[in-house]
Amino acid sequence: MSKATDSDVREDGIIESVSGPVVTATDLDARMNDVVYVGHEGLMGEVIEIEGNLTTIQVYEETSGVSPGEPVESTGAPLSVDLGPGMLDSIYDGVQRPLDVLEEKMGSAFLDRGVDAPGIDLEQTWEFTPEVEEGDEVSNGSIVGTVPETESIDHKVMVPPDTLGEDETAEVVSIESGAFTVEETVAELDTGDEIQMRQEWPVREARPTVNKQTPTEPLTSGQRILDGLFPLAKGGTAAIPGPFGSGKTVAQQSLAKFADADIVVYIGCGERGNEMTEVIDDFPDLPDPQTGNPLMARTCLIANTSNMPVAARESCVYTGITIAEYYRDMGYDVALMADSTSRWAEAMREISSRLEEMPGEEGYPAYLAARLSEFYERAGYFENINGTEGSVSAIGAVSPPGGDFSEPVTQNTLRIVKTFWALDADLAERRHFPAINWDESYSLYRDQLDPWFKENVADDWPDQRQWAIDVLDEEGELQEIVQLVGKDALPEDQQLTLEVARFLKEAWLQQNALHDVDQYCPPEKTYHILGAIKTFNDEAFDALEAGVPVDEITDIDALPRLNRIGTTPDDEAEEFVEELEEEITEQLRALY
Amino acid sequence: MKEYQTITEISGPLVFAEVDEPVGYDEIVEIETADGEVRRGQVLDTSSGTVAIQTFEGTGGIDRESSVRFLGETMKMPVTEDLLGRVLDGSGNPIDDGPDIVPDERRDIVGAAINPYSREYPEEFIQTGVSAIDGMNTLVRGQKLPIFSGSGLPHNDLALQIARQATVPEEEGDEDSEFAVIFGAMGITAEEANEFMDDFERTGALERSVVFMNLADDPAVERTVTPRLALTTAEYLAFDKGYHVLVILTDMTNYCEALREIGAAREEVPGRRGYPGYMYTDLAQLYERAGRIKGQEGSVTQIPILTMPSDDITHPIPDLTGYITEGQILVDRDLNSQGLQPPINVLPSLSRLMDDGIGEGLTRGDHGGVSDQIYAAYAEGEDLRDLVNIVGREALSERDNKFLDFADRFEEEFVEQGYDTNRDIDETLDIGWDLLSMLPKEELNRVDEEYIEEYYVEEESAEVPADD
Repeated sequence: MSKATDSDVREDGIIESVSGPVVTATDLDARMNDVVYVGHEGLMGEVIEIEGNLTTIQVYEETSGVSPGEPVESTGAPLSVDLGPGMLDSIYDGVQRPLDVLEEKMGSAFLDRGVDAPGIDLEQTWEFTPEVEEGDEVSNGSIVGTVPETESIDHKVMVPPDTLGEDETAEVVSIESGAFTVEETVAELDTGDEIQMRQEWPVREARPTVNKQTPTEPLTSGQRILDGLFPLAKGGTAAIPGPFGSGKTVAQQSLAKFADADIVVYIGCGERGNEMTEVIDDFPDLPDPQTGNPLMARTCLIANTSNMPVAARESCVYTGITIAEYYRDMGYDVALMADSTSRWAEAMREISSRLEEMPGEEGYPAYLAARLSEFYERAGYFENINGTEGSVSAIGAVSPPGGDFSEPVTQNTLRIVKTFWALDADLAERRHFPAINWDESYSLYRDQLDPWFKENVADDWPDQRQWAIDVLDEEGELQEIVQLVGKDALPEDQQLTLEVARFLKEAWLQQNALHDVDQYCPPEKTYHILGAIKTFNDEAFDALEAGVPVDEITDIDALPRLNRIGTTPDDEAEEFVEELEEEITEQLRALY
Repeated sequence: MKEYQTITEISGPLVFAEVDEPVGYDEIVEIETADGEVRRGQVLDTSSGTVAIQTFEGTGGIDRESSVRFLGETMKMPVTEDLLGRVLDGSGNPIDDGPDIVPDERRDIVGAAINPYSREYPEEFIQTGVSAIDGMNTLVRGQKLPIFSGSGLPHNDLALQIARQATVPEEEGDEDSEFAVIFGAMGITAEEANEFMDDFERTGALERSVVFMNLADDPAVERTVTPRLALTTAEYLAFDKGYHVLVILTDMTNYCEALREIGAAREEVPGRRGYPGYMYTDLAQLYERAGRIKGQEGSVTQIPILTMPSDDITHPIPDLTGYITEGQILVDRDLNSQGLQPPINVLPSLSRLMDDGIGEGLTRGDHGGVSDQIYAAYAEGEDLRDLVNIVGREALSERDNKFLDFADRFEEEFVEQGYDTNRDIDETLDIGWDLLSMLPKEELNRVDEEYIEEYYVEEESAEVPADD
């Protein structure tokens, strides 16, 4: 958090009352959303209500022992994040304090209070290479140089978007390459403005762009059911709701690992400490499937676990999306995962009830829908103010109480997002993972992404997908009958359809997130597996027509190997599928 | 320390008093009634003129003439290794007629959050000796794995069995790490308490335990403190003294009822079913105190027990718990009436940390596959049972009948073991293979082929090792 670097503390106020994370103060000269320091320990807080002389503050830290009469200091600035090189490979709490630095400063594994740290290292030097020359014209957002931030990412140093007036340009009067800290000036403009690598931005305000465009490229995830049936676009929005134990976090983590984004911002909002630790432990060792570099080299983690202060949980999604927007401004495709937005909504509810606001549905504040849509609207495929194009894709997990999707957070989210991946407790109980229900889920991006899949994977991608959907639909209907009369009462062709659907589910939709090979399935392989099942389907129905009984068809030796394609290494998969298809064809034709 | 006689309002467990000097949030308060009795409480809300105090021992007998003393500090737990073997009440006072406790240190009971960066990911197997847990929902050190149960179900027997049998496979050079059990009882009946105490004494488990007892007739508000005292003690033993601590908290439902009572007394806007909107945060502050820390020997593992009102898993208490904890063990009423001991239903049970705690070098290489395969087969068998009720067994194919038999034998041989049988992990997995060998090899699509080669018992008539 940037405030550690600011010393222009303004007027003092006095604490009037304390109730959990909500503190009121009198005589405080502060504006709405300004950051303040509360009490002798200087606990960080934010102004959330002003009524006459009384200012209400939500405090981002535990308030035990704080008493009325203690001072409150205003910083006169809203909650902001530090933006600059060094954010990737970092792990922050909800107000962008680096957790590793906090551990060092506190000298303990337990989070103490009143300790602050800047979001990016102010001491470290970075090798700056200019992209413009002296005499060049620049405007807001212009890229003046680059810094190699990690193995994977070149950090673009930009003119902060609020430096010049709108449409105003300025001339670069000096710019130098070399090693600089984030606070040293790397370029000067003729307006007198100095450009540093570090800039600040208030988290609750979207960074400016030129316009939002229709996304046409998929954010492939290496998850067959997502890429194959319910694709997400770069710049799209998606929700993953599901009851506990249905695999939300595993799905989110798979996306964080395998999505073909340049940058991943992963927000652990009010979730389990051990889960965040898993991410922190795993990501540095896992290779990014796109570049082969460690995953951490493209990842920024924000961890505000469920036992960390509730107000910081409220702010962590804003911190995350602001960081995502900053990398988007450089022209990168950013994927943002928020796990879970329900915890964020609950934090709003908790604060709101402490403020004694009139509750809306189920105790959530009336502005719940507005806040959710504001957040998801910050995602999109944008033309940036510096002329580059970049995207922020937002994927929010939702944890509906009791798995009931009719609750307000799920419903309000569904009104905004265009991709819906419904997790299903029944599937999870059956260990069908990812437990995404193919009947309930949808993606509104399908049509606009089809041209990309046709061009880059296979021409008949949409047709094959439709075939799979039809089979699964039919299977759903048949299962209802089977529940009543048993499978053997069905006619042979329907029995065969059930068998085909079984392979669709076991060999294609299911994917083992813990298997080294199967966890990531490139779109081509997704296509090939489906192709193999389709080949079996076509040949099997031919055989059936020729009078071969279903039992014999499903008894051929080659068939169980359909289930093994997923675990076959990617470079051998195509060959494996080809051979398998041949064998299936051969063995089935031998039957008649 | 200032003393006031300025109580303005008494309502349920809350006392409001006027003050002329500022009082800190969460501070401890003593209220002395006219007849000299001292009650303790905690500041819930403080402003420059008045404070709201939540009393732990009830407000009965307090009147407007009672005096209020603010102790100027938040609630502390005196901690020392000597607590092992002691029995304390729900507020942390000894009730076993033992010597006074001389604390090493007095610790804030709220407890700070563990920095996620400093955590060590839990991946060491704890063997509970219960097949349905070890085999199917493995517990690891530093995990929080609740038991979801219902009224009248034998969750206490299961908890005791775990407390008794739990062991950590010892590594070399790891001899110092000892096992301790912290037992936090909230609102349990005296009878249940006796059952626990008898078992603890009979098996000698008390020596390595600290017991906190808040009984059903103890003040409800005290229940909000008991688990925090227990966890503060646990953290001390784990992270200062290097113990592997298993914390059993029972019954979380009573704890949540107490939260609701306080919320209602404060006239807060209620959330679902009248429980306060901050219940998730509150529960998280308890459950998240489980874990391991980098560079530290000890660990805190939690097994909270809760009874689901009318067996409803979507009730806010199990629901919010399930979202925080790393899985759940479900005690099932139907299985209980079939006489299974322990009646654990593995299908809705889950251990999220299982995958990292099992496998080659930890338990056995085939563990993951066996467990997945058993799940799938049992789930299929369960489905078919519904069908059998309609069409009868004869109408089903041979394959289906095999799965039905599998489901039956799974319950009778794998889940059923009695509360006194301690099975090690090899035994559990071998029983698993005996069962899986009922099914044709081709059906075992979740186990790697090498393990099928190694463990599959070819003849269906293979002997099942006797349950001893």
